[in-house]
Amino acid sequence: MNELVWIFVSALLINNFVLAYFLGLCPFLGVSGRLQTSFRLGLATVFVMLITALCSWFLNTYVLVHAPYLRLISFIVVIASTVQFIEMVIKKASPALFRALGIFLPLITTNCAILGLAIFATNKGYGFVEGMIYALGAGLGFTLALVLMAGLREESEMAEVPRLIRGTAMNLIIAGILSMAFTGFAGLFSGA
Amino acid sequence: MPKKRQDAAEEFLKGLWRDNPVFVQVLGMCPMLAVTNSAVNALAMGGATFFVLVASSFLVSSLKRWIPKQVRISTYIIIIATFVTVTDFTLQAVVPVIHKELGAFIPLIVANCMILGRQEAFASKNTVSMAVVDAVGMASGFLIALFALGSVREILGDGALFGISLFGPNFEPWVIMILPPGGFLTLGLILLFFNWLKERKDRIVARLDEMEAEV
Repeated sequence: MNELVWIFVSALLINNFVLAYFLGLCPFLGVSGRLQTSFRLGLATVFVMLITALCSWFLNTYVLVHAPYLRLISFIVVIASTVQFIEMVIKKASPALFRALGIFLPLITTNCAILGLAIFATNKGYGFVEGMIYALGAGLGFTLALVLMAGLREESEMAEVPRLIRGTAMNLIIAGILSMAFTGFAGLFSGA
Repeated sequence: MPKKRQDAAEEFLKGLWRDNPVFVQVLGMCPMLAVTNSAVNALAMGGATFFVLVASSFLVSSLKRWIPKQVRISTYIIIIATFVTVTDFTLQAVVPVIHKELGAFIPLIVANCMILGRQEAFASKNTVSMAVVDAVGMASGFLIALFALGSVREILGDGALFGISLFGPNFEPWVIMILPPGGFLTLGLILLFFNWLKERKDRIVARLDEMEAEV
């Protein structure tokens, strides 16, 4: 049990996908302009990450033991097609949910955070339950980073910032400061 | 064929400087910031990306006639993934130390949007030789950007370059620069510098126009 909590907190805060591993930076910088949108993108990412963990566990256990060199290709193909399939099911079954998350699903299918999750979970040798917990922590950590960033950016819209620094340069510096704050979590479990 | 050679040179320089994938287009950041904590890692990552980009551009542009339009993106991804797998295993066999250091970020080259972007925007529409020239230019630009980032971070964060100490024992390393925040800060500051260069150039051009109008 303790092990699972540790995996979750580690993926959520200490090894945050965006702020410590630099994964998923494209949506992080592209979509974090508005608070509402980033929250929904975050939830869609949690959803895709859970599917990813399921797929990669299945592939690792049943398929890739026979052909490890196909790991990368099969991860991409299987994850992308599963997400597309589930997208169609949601569209049919629950139009409301589709409107909330649907437009983001194709955007995040081959995002590096998704692929990174599959590869990290494989490298760490996680089983099914550990993999799912890891995906949940990583997804929520991504949402947390995105929402924090969106809040900061909405504030900075109001502030008077020199024209030269506006845009990506300022966003990266904000992200750097946020990331610095997150390094504070590094000692969280070392005392225990 | 002086004109053709000029075109090729133009395409090459475009990737190297004017449309530099990192500093101007801000593409391919995911696998980049994580590994640029030292100059050696940055060079290894740049080299791996170089090989993958040039090889996939070559293959995509030579196969462009036989790739159906509807499934072109998936075809490009599979071609890229194949070359990334080759690179991954080659690095593991030849330089195991660096491979271990870069770890999961080698397979993540697949998700580098710059590589897919070049296939879609250039290689699928141009001749093989032009596609290769474009890929070499873009990949060199990426390599230079990575090396710049990696060496700045290593010099500030470790007081060394390629592991050789630069400032002697009295230097207090700025550790934050080799930690993740340093990656964001360094790239942010470099982009700021590029904004400044561009604005200065625009100002000079505007001044020249004004002077011309007066004359």
